[in-house]
Amino acid sequence: MSAKLEALSQNLQQCLGDRVKSLKLAFGEVTLEVEAADYFSVMQALRDEPDLAFEELIDLCGVDYSAYGNEAREGLRFAAVSHLLSISKNWRLRVRCFAPDDDFPSLPSVTSIWNSVNWFEREAFDLFGIVFPGHDDLRRILTDYGFIGHPFRKDFPISGYVEMRYDPEQQRVIYQPVTIEPREITPRIVREATYGNAENA
Amino acid sequence: MPELRNFTLNFGPQHPAAHGVLRMVLELDGEVVMRADPHIGLLHRATEKLAETKTWIQSVPYMDRLDYMSMMCNEHAYCMAIERLLQVEVPIRAQYIRVMFDEITRILNHLLWIGCHGLDVGAMTMVLYAFREREDLVDAYEAVSGARMHAAYYRPGGVYRDLPDRMAQYQESKWKSSAQIKPFNEARSGSLLDFLDDFASRFPKLLDEYETLLTDNRIWKQRLVDVAIVTPERALQRGFTGPMLRGSGIAWDLRKKQPYEVYDRVDFDIPVGKTGDSYDRYLVRMEEMRQSNRILKQCIDWLRQNPGPVMSDNHKVAPPDREAMKSNMEELIHHFKLCTEGMHVPEGEAYSAVEHPKGEFGIYIISDGANKPYRLKIRAPGYVHLSAMDEMARGHMLADVVTIIGSQDVVFGEIDR
Repeated sequence: MSAKLEALSQNLQQCLGDRVKSLKLAFGEVTLEVEAADYFSVMQALRDEPDLAFEELIDLCGVDYSAYGNEAREGLRFAAVSHLLSISKNWRLRVRCFAPDDDFPSLPSVTSIWNSVNWFEREAFDLFGIVFPGHDDLRRILTDYGFIGHPFRKDFPISGYVEMRYDPEQQRVIYQPVTIEPREITPRIVREATYGNAENA
Repeated sequence: MPELRNFTLNFGPQHPAAHGVLRMVLELDGEVVMRADPHIGLLHRATEKLAETKTWIQSVPYMDRLDYMSMMCNEHAYCMAIERLLQVEVPIRAQYIRVMFDEITRILNHLLWIGCHGLDVGAMTMVLYAFREREDLVDAYEAVSGARMHAAYYRPGGVYRDLPDRMAQYQESKWKSSAQIKPFNEARSGSLLDFLDDFASRFPKLLDEYETLLTDNRIWKQRLVDVAIVTPERALQRGFTGPMLRGSGIAWDLRKKQPYEVYDRVDFDIPVGKTGDSYDRYLVRMEEMRQSNRILKQCIDWLRQNPGPVMSDNHKVAPPDREAMKSNMEELIHHFKLCTEGMHVPEGEAYSAVEHPKGEFGIYIISDGANKPYRLKIRAPGYVHLSAMDEMARGHMLADVVTIIGSQDVVFGEIDR
């Protein structure tokens, strides 16, 4: 790994101390994991510490880990993953924070640290149902007015629950249960790590 | 005295200046915008969810349909993310082809932007000129991929095929005699590179032509200068990237600062604005077209001299060529596996960003080792820029809202995803 990423990891360890839950270096990218309780203070430090100086929040997205891999998964289901960028230091960082409660996932909003996160948090709320207390305008953003459910959760079917059509008798647009059935042409397969090795034959 | 109340105006989604399907609720005090609330999502197709149900390669054409004005740049970010997880080396010729088409795409995007921006603000002529030049560039798209817009030309591991040796020519018809079409076919008599070379030598003059129409035009300046000023601090706070950030005076360009492919081997400059108003963003984008043209020329020269493979020879990722597939058992198996089950991407996560014509376009991929992505997140520049609409439009006149939409260069394919 390049010296730059080493320096970044060192600075992170130094500035955040034991607030770092895990720090990974893979594919030339640094991933920081933090506890939900430390989330806000860590984000604040990431922007304000001169050794880190992440002036821009590039992206924040929700992830639903419930269907990950082959085996049933232990641990928390929802996470918010943000990508930060420092213009002055020219480095990037990924921050992952799992929301503590699977039934009502909630993480503090960081809109006061980076204004750009506003719509990203609305999107994560809309698509995954992650709530961000402290966000002053947490409305749905991408889905239809009056939409029910959180469509990007893994238990939400790809074809949805309702469809919309024009009803000539009532002379208006109506919602009805979907009439199409989802079909999977190529199944999803996770191969074991040794699959296809010659010595296994 | 009667009580005065603000007027709420619904702008779009069918307004021609809404660039697609933007619905904006504007709160007006007289003609001054007090609050702008963009409602997006009218074009939401859940591309990210759809990608989770498709194999890796099947999602490439979906990328074209995100920002449908800069197709190949979207594919680029997606392919780069997969390549990073797979640790696949892309042949150098394919890298040059990618850079060349990224720059063609940038010119395509900016030409459309200047046309529509001009149209919104009242300069009818621009769109006619801009589409004249776009025609040549979409022909280049067509020559390599067969499609004028949704190319699906970049693939994980390289590009779909090498540059063609000849261009499609105009045919004689009932309406056009051979004498009439002859001048149109002159530039098309050679290879694609000859055709692009001809374009690159013509293009700077044409840009001058656009600038004589707009840059010092009194009406154009009255509509753009000092409209929606964004200070560098606010631009960072609002997550601006690309021309929007450079317009505010921050010299940040991924092609220079975090070079990918062969951008560190080509020579170009980054234009930077001063005041951060709409006029500066206009100037930045105009200069970017000149710089893109410079890169385009360098790529043409390199590609002329250096033939070679354009696709990785790792057949776990890239399909083997047809001839090998039909004569060799092993290649046949690879081809079959790739075209049915698709490739497997090792477990991990990657974020790859490209300097898209509109800003930083990023793809964040989480793979759990399957033949489909576990989660795909598209970081669209327009989404972030549009979220600053309220801040930029506040205190301006209603007519300036159209200028701001134009100067943000929004496209709803990427914003609504």
